[in-house]
Amino acid sequence: MTRSFLGWPAFPEAAEREVGNRQLRENLGRATGTIRGKRALLAAERPDWEQLRDSAAAIKDQVLAGLEQYLLQVEEKVTAAGGTVHWARDAAEANRIVTDLVRATGEREVVKVKSMLTEEIGLDAALEAAGISARETDLAAAIVQLGDDLPSHVVVPALHRNRTEIRDIFVREMGRHGRPAPEGLTDDPAELADAARLHLREKFLGAKVAVSGANFVVAETGTLVVVESEGNGRMCLTLADTLISVVGIEKTVPTWADLEVFLQLLARNATGERMSPYTSTWTGTTDGDGPRAFHLVLVDNGRTRALADPVGRQALRCIRCGACMNTCPVYRRTGGHAYGSVYPGPIGAILNPLLKGLDEEQTASLPYASTLCGACNEVCPVRIRFTDVLLDLRAQVADGGKHPVERAALGAVGAVMARPAAWKAAVKGAGLVGPLLPARTPVPGWTDNRALPDVPRESFRSWWKRNEGERA
Amino acid sequence: MPPNPPRPRTALFVTCLNDTLFPGAGRATVTLLRRLGVEVDFPAAQSCCGQMHFNTGYRKETARLARHFVDTFADYEEIVVPSASCAGTPVEAYPLAAEAAGDRGLARAVAELAPRVVELTRYLTDRLGVEQVGAHFPHRVTYHPTCHSLRATGLGERPHRLLRAVAGIDYVELPAAEECCGFGGTFAVKNPAVSGAMNGDKARHVLETGAHVLAAVDSSCLMNIGGRLTRDGHRVRTLHLAEILARTEQDGPLPGVPVVEAAR
Repeated sequence: MTRSFLGWPAFPEAAEREVGNRQLRENLGRATGTIRGKRALLAAERPDWEQLRDSAAAIKDQVLAGLEQYLLQVEEKVTAAGGTVHWARDAAEANRIVTDLVRATGEREVVKVKSMLTEEIGLDAALEAAGISARETDLAAAIVQLGDDLPSHVVVPALHRNRTEIRDIFVREMGRHGRPAPEGLTDDPAELADAARLHLREKFLGAKVAVSGANFVVAETGTLVVVESEGNGRMCLTLADTLISVVGIEKTVPTWADLEVFLQLLARNATGERMSPYTSTWTGTTDGDGPRAFHLVLVDNGRTRALADPVGRQALRCIRCGACMNTCPVYRRTGGHAYGSVYPGPIGAILNPLLKGLDEEQTASLPYASTLCGACNEVCPVRIRFTDVLLDLRAQVADGGKHPVERAALGAVGAVMARPAAWKAAVKGAGLVGPLLPARTPVPGWTDNRALPDVPRESFRSWWKRNEGERA
Repeated sequence: MPPNPPRPRTALFVTCLNDTLFPGAGRATVTLLRRLGVEVDFPAAQSCCGQMHFNTGYRKETARLARHFVDTFADYEEIVVPSASCAGTPVEAYPLAAEAAGDRGLARAVAELAPRVVELTRYLTDRLGVEQVGAHFPHRVTYHPTCHSLRATGLGERPHRLLRAVAGIDYVELPAAEECCGFGGTFAVKNPAVSGAMNGDKARHVLETGAHVLAAVDSSCLMNIGGRLTRDGHRVRTLHLAEILARTEQDGPLPGVPVVEAAR
């Protein structure tokens, strides 16, 4: 059975559970710390880093402004190159298209290149329901799948696991899905990689159908691009007879010259490498080389909804590098599962509400899953202003009447603050910790782990009046 | 340059938090500015900038406070604020609040007023052009650069330069200084577990420095970190940067805080 985030609790509840997991926090701290260090070095070594970020943001904005035309161009070029383009309005439609395509091949097992979109739409579960086994071939995605777990990071889905936990998963699960883990497997990283290599190689060599996502689609030629570190992607993309690529409509870039900008940014920002070990590109089909059939499924699933949001649409620039989560002080304490989505961290806090709307309590809680510290703004390769979007989404939640009690309370405080006489009276009133907080009363949340400040004997304004007189 | 140019009319926006809970930060700001020759006024009609309302999503309510802020400070040529986060509100929040309220007059008034609102340390270094403010503080101090001072207001090294110029101070760097303390306004009460975990790490880093005083330019973050230190029984004092810069040799050491030999 494939797990999903369906029915996940709102962020505060889910986060409280995760934050209490000491092992998880250690794993997160170590893993994100390593990636952040490498990223910082490699970003700093580029003198034109800030200009690359400017260019990347500008290119993505250009694509989003003319998305319809670029997508029609993609369809035309892919079709001309021997591929077939399918359009999917939502997850259900995308899953149905892929399921039908696999069924038409008569195969019961497909191999997958790690793809956040197929996680987003729940493709593995949909295929499973149709009696088709979809096996993940990216190491981290395979760890998540073998452990019947959920991804917690867009680049490193098993970031929340340490090597001992991974060893246990391999020993317990590999044999149930193919070649078992070697006898006496330890948690040495090289041994773990070897075990995964042997287990996965059987899958590559046997599979007739592969499913991938794409990091980019170049509109001018209809070329798809997958960037990866392990070579599993290259195997799937070249060895299968049928290749089905499921891609979000925002992944388009106009030209190869534009691609240059993103390939310089992505690996440095995502994994702290100058370039990813494998960058695969393909255009339709080629006789005698690679898959004989190629299907591109272009998926909306809320993207046009996000595009319609004038402030939020910048979230669609995202190239899924994960730097925002690596740097986020909230993510680094909760991990990805707290966000109840395959997109966690700052990008998840804005993208999920934009894709799904704010009607559900879970998505409406995400814009508040941030201290607005702004660390994500500084590392984003496409210059998403996360804090601007978070604030705008909060205004949408507040305007949607989600928090009537809070609105009434802040409205009442605001009314007092906007009237000098009322405010002065409130400040002078005895024993007030600010007009909000009655002194010495436990404040839910605050006093769980902090003392309240001592109430001063005299407010500033009383001191001023005593010393200066009312001048103004 | 004409002799004795007329001084700008300078107002102190003390912030509602300092007014009610941390009046020492306000008093120190007045003491410091006067020592530097600035005749500062406190318009008593002032209340709150509305940042909490804005950050929680209540833009029309923020607009009401923005109107009040504009009315209160319209006559002043510069408005000094001992808080990086509140100093940012007129610039970052008011234009959007005015837009949400559909109030073009407010938008114009805000555009006119916002450039005159200046955070205290920037006022000292950029407007007055001083780093050596005549302060004396013979204690071990570490400094937490608050998120707003670091990333939104862009104060950079200004507070550090001011601190290092204080006579007698033993200034020590805070590990992982640039990480948020976990306050985040209503975040602290909406997500108490995560906020508490972040704050616990911040407090641990403060203790690692061995400093007896933790300084910052936002009383809100100091209230958060100080609340944790106090609850855990530690005697580290939290002080607004102005409270350090205001003290002179005549004041002597801060009572109750260990005195250190000057590091320099």
